[in-house]
Amino acid sequence: MAPAPRPPLLSRLGALGPLLGLLALMAVATALNPDFLTVSNLSNVLTRASFIGIIAVGATFVIVSGGIDLSVGSMAALMAGSMILIMNAAAPSLGITGSILLGMLSALLIGVGAGLLHGTAITRGRIEPFIVTLGTLGIFRSVLTYLSQGGSISLDNALSDRYSPVYYGKLLGIPIPILVFAAVALLGGLILNRTRYGRYVQAVGSNEQVARYAAVDVTRVKITTYVIQGLCVGIATLLYVPRLGSASPSTGLLWELEAIAAVIIGGTALKGGSGRIWGTVVGAVLLLSIENVLNLTSIISVYLNAAVQGVVIIIVAFLQRGRRT
Amino acid sequence: MSQVLRKSVVLSFALLASAALAQTKQVIGVSIPSADHGWTAGIVYWANQTKAELEKMYPGLSVIVKTAKDSNEQANQIQDLYTVNKINALVILPQESAPLTKPVADLKKQGVFTLVVDRALTDPTAQSAYVAGDNPGLGRVSGEYVGKTLGGKGNVVVLRGIATVIDNQRVDAFENVIKTKYPNVKILDKQYANWNRDDGFRVMQDYLTRFPKIDAVWAQDDDIAVGVLKAIQQAGRTDIKFVLGGAGMKDMVKKVMDGDKLITADVTYPPTMIRDAMRLLAKARMTNTAMAKSTIIPSVLVTKANAAEYYFPKSPF
Repeated sequence: MAPAPRPPLLSRLGALGPLLGLLALMAVATALNPDFLTVSNLSNVLTRASFIGIIAVGATFVIVSGGIDLSVGSMAALMAGSMILIMNAAAPSLGITGSILLGMLSALLIGVGAGLLHGTAITRGRIEPFIVTLGTLGIFRSVLTYLSQGGSISLDNALSDRYSPVYYGKLLGIPIPILVFAAVALLGGLILNRTRYGRYVQAVGSNEQVARYAAVDVTRVKITTYVIQGLCVGIATLLYVPRLGSASPSTGLLWELEAIAAVIIGGTALKGGSGRIWGTVVGAVLLLSIENVLNLTSIISVYLNAAVQGVVIIIVAFLQRGRRT
Repeated sequence: MSQVLRKSVVLSFALLASAALAQTKQVIGVSIPSADHGWTAGIVYWANQTKAELEKMYPGLSVIVKTAKDSNEQANQIQDLYTVNKINALVILPQESAPLTKPVADLKKQGVFTLVVDRALTDPTAQSAYVAGDNPGLGRVSGEYVGKTLGGKGNVVVLRGIATVIDNQRVDAFENVIKTKYPNVKILDKQYANWNRDDGFRVMQDYLTRFPKIDAVWAQDDDIAVGVLKAIQQAGRTDIKFVLGGAGMKDMVKKVMDGDKLITADVTYPPTMIRDAMRLLAKARMTNTAMAKSTIIPSVLVTKANAAEYYFPKSPF
């Protein structure tokens, strides 16, 4: 399959905009509060960034292929809710471990199913991706709200205790969500840059007609990107559920915008054609760091938090633009 | 038959039928936000429970419950309640105060008794009566509890809700109590946690990084408190003596009941206020008595001693 991975960071020295932005932000953060650079704080930030980051890896595929998926936040919420209901229901008959595995599997299946649904409606139904996923954004969230009666769906305590190491646990001193994030990003990078499928995704995004003439199965390539997106949302949800052990209508609110922002900050063009997974990773870490920095200091009025985030995003995108041309 | 004719025949039948009904029946419309988070889910639950209870209690009464996802939908609904359902009285918990003031005022002008719950309208003359929870009271009771339990000395962090008038009222009242009665209690910082668990977790993690010694947390809302608890647990911090939420979520009341180490109390801001409002209105309409112009439902401190009274296992909140 893929040739041996080269460090993608070094091979792309030309486009370090987001990384420079992140370093600048970290310098400012450390100057404002030395606690920023502590291991525990950095691991908090990276762990939080792993949800959006994993989803954003999937979003990179969709966006590079020229599509968009607005439903990821609602999809995560619906998965989390269904997963918890399934686990709670299965626990008496399947036992703790069995029902956790079943729950995890069902989240991934929902992801694949949603991806197939999106991809099919977009390609065979020939509906704009924006419209399809805007529709499912509403559908997924309202089904969850219905399932939870507007309240919250909580995991049984015994299940929660057994499952919580998936979020809170560490392997070789590194929190598991960070490891999963790294693995997903690495795999995503390999697929996008080192496989034939990855090249097809880029070709379809850069010019669909040309790709078609080059005998690329455009429909299948597109559907697969949505399935990858769905799987990534599934993986993120597997890590999310053990954190609070509950899902509510406010779960995953606006995650789609954060994921898209991470992808764009990372240097992927919104119109498709080219993209970088490592940029997306940096984008996600950058986004979550801004929030963390604002919480660690109280120089700026809390009313202006969102404004600061907006300014940093635009500055980084500007740096990015300078590097690209 | 022409379209216009058919329509007008149908319409006049409908009018006749409903006019006949209106003479014998009282129709109360209840317009509330749809269940989009725990507290509003509680409102929807209690509204439907109370509808059943009241219709059983008063045979001549019919109650129609409508939920709306935003102010615009809610304004349309109350219009329909008037023209289609011919309501005599309206109980409304407005999504937002300003945009719903005019529609409610219009209804009142047309003779409908308007009872506004929780969020007052910008023009008080639009409401015939008002039933509300006590937001400053929630802040005050919380401040008293935090100050007293800490013995008048310690470090407190505050997790606020969403930037709204309600949130300001609560936080101002809290700070006022701390400042005037417990000057040695220090509020280290206050940040928005948007009344949800994820933000509660995130903000608390950062507080734990930033402040080496925290004695108490005022989370202002039970959903936020859920996230706060997890963050404390993860960090393995033992300096925090207690976390005070608010609203009266069943899981939190249960923790108080069971003697949880960190959740020692809760302050109510109960979604049952919609039940109280509907009951008061139904009684006034059916017995032809006047109802109080303004009723404030106090925020009560829930401790182990009285928690059982505030525990409703069937409610979604």
